[in-house]
Amino acid sequence: MSIIPAPIVRFYHQTASPPFFYSLSNKLLPWLTAIFLMLLGYGLYAGLYLAPTDYQQGDSYRIIYVHVPAAWMSLFIYVVMAVAGAISLIWRMKIADVVLISSAPIGASFTFIALVTGSLWGKPMWGTWWVWDARLTSELILLFLYLGVISLYGAIEDKRTASRAVAILALVGVVNIPIIHYSVQWWNTLHQGPTVTKMDKPSIHLDMLIPLLVMATAFKFYYAIAMLQVAKVEILLREQNTQWVKKLLEKK
Amino acid sequence: MNSFAEFLAMGGYGFYVWTSYAISFVVLLLNVIVPMAQRKQLLRELALKQKRAK
Repeated sequence: MSIIPAPIVRFYHQTASPPFFYSLSNKLLPWLTAIFLMLLGYGLYAGLYLAPTDYQQGDSYRIIYVHVPAAWMSLFIYVVMAVAGAISLIWRMKIADVVLISSAPIGASFTFIALVTGSLWGKPMWGTWWVWDARLTSELILLFLYLGVISLYGAIEDKRTASRAVAILALVGVVNIPIIHYSVQWWNTLHQGPTVTKMDKPSIHLDMLIPLLVMATAFKFYYAIAMLQVAKVEILLREQNTQWVKKLLEKK
Repeated sequence: MNSFAEFLAMGGYGFYVWTSYAISFVVLLLNVIVPMAQRKQLLRELALKQKRAK
């Protein structure tokens, strides 16, 4: 007898099975894409057009609507990878491995976007493309962690060993996440402090805040879409000799 | 903002704003298009292999 209720065990085994995950992805993708496009459309319209011009930064601040959501995603995806890594190491769940490795290129892309758009924002506002301060440096380290996960996985031939190795790397690297988050408070920096996560009294106007939150939600949906697309390839590669993939190929 | 030209100018910051959005757009688009193309290619290869095996 297990202490875990039967429906949960069933759900776990079902979702954890690659063919179920593959067909679930196919069912979810059109919905995720529709919601994403609607959020993106409104977020861009509100951020680039409806939101008022900033009294200090002029219209340059509108970079915030890609910069900040991308930076949030860069942290969020890394935490997802670390959690997937822990699940993979503890319960040997195949799908957790797939989620971990499929998330890495997207996390790396969001980190890259956060760095590049930050640079393009820094030039007109700070007068420089780059400073070696705590926030920017720790975000750059995050990019290297993502690239490390990708190349480590590619370098190890046996995919089960590779999965275990990247799970450990993802878990170790997670110490960088709070460092990035608190870097603007712990060290003096050119980078502005938090304006949104001061929940008691966010120092950003509502007309500016709403598009930011809409874009952040849109990016979450985008992550799900892109991750599932990569995961489908990864699953097919790993399962190519199984019966369900052979059936799938015959149907084509 | 009255005219479209003014909108594009972004109060003089047009270059920085639009480059940010363009780079983000291209990177995010690639992240979806590349795996989709890879899957098509892989399915084709696997189907071919299966045909040969028969």
